[in-house]
This record gives sequence, structure tokens and C-alpha cells, in this order.
Amino acid sequence: MIRQRYVMVVAVGLAIALLVALFSPLASSDPDGLEKVAEDKGFIDEGKGPPYEVIADYVFPWVDNEDVATILAGIVGVGMVAVIVFAVGFGLRAMSLRTPSSERGPPGA
Amino acid sequence: MAAINLNPPPFPDPSGMHIPDGFINAPVAAIAWGITVVVVAAAVWRTNRTLSEKAVPLMGVMAAFIFAAQMINFPVAGGTSGHLLGGTLAAILVGPWAAIIVMASVLGVQGLIFQDGGLAAMGANILNMGIVGCLVGYAIYAGVGFFGNGRPWPRLAGAFGGAWFAVMTAAFLCSIELGLSDTSPYHVVLPAMMGVHSIIGVVEGFITAGAVAFVMAARRDLLEMPAQGPVKEAAID
Repeated sequence: MIRQRYVMVVAVGLAIALLVALFSPLASSDPDGLEKVAEDKGFIDEGKGPPYEVIADYVFPWVDNEDVATILAGIVGVGMVAVIVFAVGFGLRAMSLRTPSSERGPPGA
Repeated sequence: MAAINLNPPPFPDPSGMHIPDGFINAPVAAIAWGITVVVVAAAVWRTNRTLSEKAVPLMGVMAAFIFAAQMINFPVAGGTSGHLLGGTLAAILVGPWAAIIVMASVLGVQGLIFQDGGLAAMGANILNMGIVGCLVGYAIYAGVGFFGNGRPWPRLAGAFGGAWFAVMTAAFLCSIELGLSDTSPYHVVLPAMMGVHSIIGVVEGFITAGAVAFVMAARRDLLEMPAQGPVKEAAID
């Protein structure tokens, strides 16, 4: 059954994503490609800060320990994008099932 | 849930190739937003008609993995870091059009919630890292895979090459946008961006090929399915 086969894929995939998020405090804090070029070439000051902040710089607010704050930010972000894309995907899937069958692919393909 | 700080520090912290607001001017940002809206709408239209049931769970998983992986900055030469962009990997696993939706979702959340990449610049960021990453990377992967008759090593080489070229194309576009905005002259920003991203792209290539190899070993069937694109349409007719 397709549904059961894909529960495992989702479980393993999300587990890998969360595992990667756990390692986020180990990320290099060196300036990255664009930031480094902007510093070296003197246009870093052109950048404007954001108009508001929610979980800016992947640091979850109200948490003193920066490693924990980073991991929490990662978990929140992983969950958020997964839920959004699942919702969009199933929404599109539902829409495609409503289109005449002559215009869509074979079921389960 | 989270505190909304209305007085953030003035200094942006661009990550990866995420352009903060201010680096590109209003006309460039508007043009990029226009292209992005049209292409994302086209991606929605295509996947709307052809999205397979298998693709939806994979799309969610890819978004989750790419978000997490983009948090891991790895050091490259000269005190610089880089991180995975992931467009090529997503395109290989779910097809290029569904991958554009995945990347637009990830980059949208990064800009809106994590202040990674500007809001006016979000169109450019989705164009550079999402749309172009998915289409260029997938075209190379599919091309090399086609000439390799789908054998594993040509596929992995195609994944590596596709990912590297996707990063280089994104860096090229980013440089052009900065040049068009008079933020930095082309002869300065172009070589600098291409140089550092030629190294970051190698890491992107290894991660992409490694992930494809993992999926190949664990669930080969997942790789046989990127048929949300033109291939399947041909099959329908």
C-alpha cells in the first residue's frame, strides 16, 4: 500500500532532518560567501536590517543557552516548512484529483 | 510563540547566498519578484496537474531536510563559510517543478520568520537559489543520467555536476543583481562571488551526490519517480 510505504519515508526523512538540526550549534560562524564578498568589497554596510524579528539568526528568543536556542530554532523551522509543504502538496494533490482524468496522470503513478 | 522584536539591530546577517534588503535596488528586486511569481505560479500549475501521491510526502521531507541542512555552515577557504542550497537535490527527488515549490517555501519561511534574506530581496533569493538551482541542477542531472542510461555512477556524477553548476549559476545571478543595483561593479563582485562559490559548490556537489547515493541504496524506487514534469505529460498523450 502506497500510504504505508511512505509513512516510513516521512518518518526517516524527518528524523534525518531533526538530527541535522541537532548539529546546528556546530555550524561555522565564519562569514559566508556573499557576506565575505560584501565585507571584502566594501558593500556590507549597504545592507538594511529586517523591519521586525521573529527568530532572527536562527536563535530562539527567551532561551539563554545559545546552543539550545539554535537547536530550538532549527526544530521550529523544520516543523514549519514540513507542515507548509505537506499542506501545499496535499492541497495541490486534491486539486489535481478534481481535474478531469484525461488531463492528469494515471492514479498512483 | 516567539517574541517579535520591532527594534532589531540595523546590521543584517546574510547567510549563504541570502541577499539582505539594501543590497539590491527596488527595480532589480521588483523584476526578480515578477519572474519568481510567474515561475512559481507555473510550477504550481504543472504540479497541480501532475503531482503523484508519492511526491507529496517527499516534498515535505525535502523541505525539512533542506531547512535543517541550510543551518549547517561549513568552513571553506579563507575564513569563509558556506551551506547547502539544496535545489538540485530537491529537484532530483521530487522533480524540478515540485522542487521549486519546496524551495520557495523554505526561502519564504527563512525570510519571514528567521530574518534570513530580505523581504524585498526574497524574489531574488527564490529566483537565484530556488528556481535556477532546481532547473539548472535538474537539467544537468537528467542530461548526464540520460547519456549514462540511468546507471548509478553517471547519475551520481550528474548529481554532483548539477549541484555545482546550480551554485555557480546562483552566484552568477546574485552578482548580476548586485551589479545592476550599482552595489558593486561587475568586475569586482563577479569574480569574487564565482571564486568563493566554486568551492562551496564542490561541497554542495558532494552532499547532493551523497544524498542521492543514500536514497539509491535505501529506496531506489524513489529515484525512478521524478515524472511530475514533461516526461509524464508525454506518457499521458
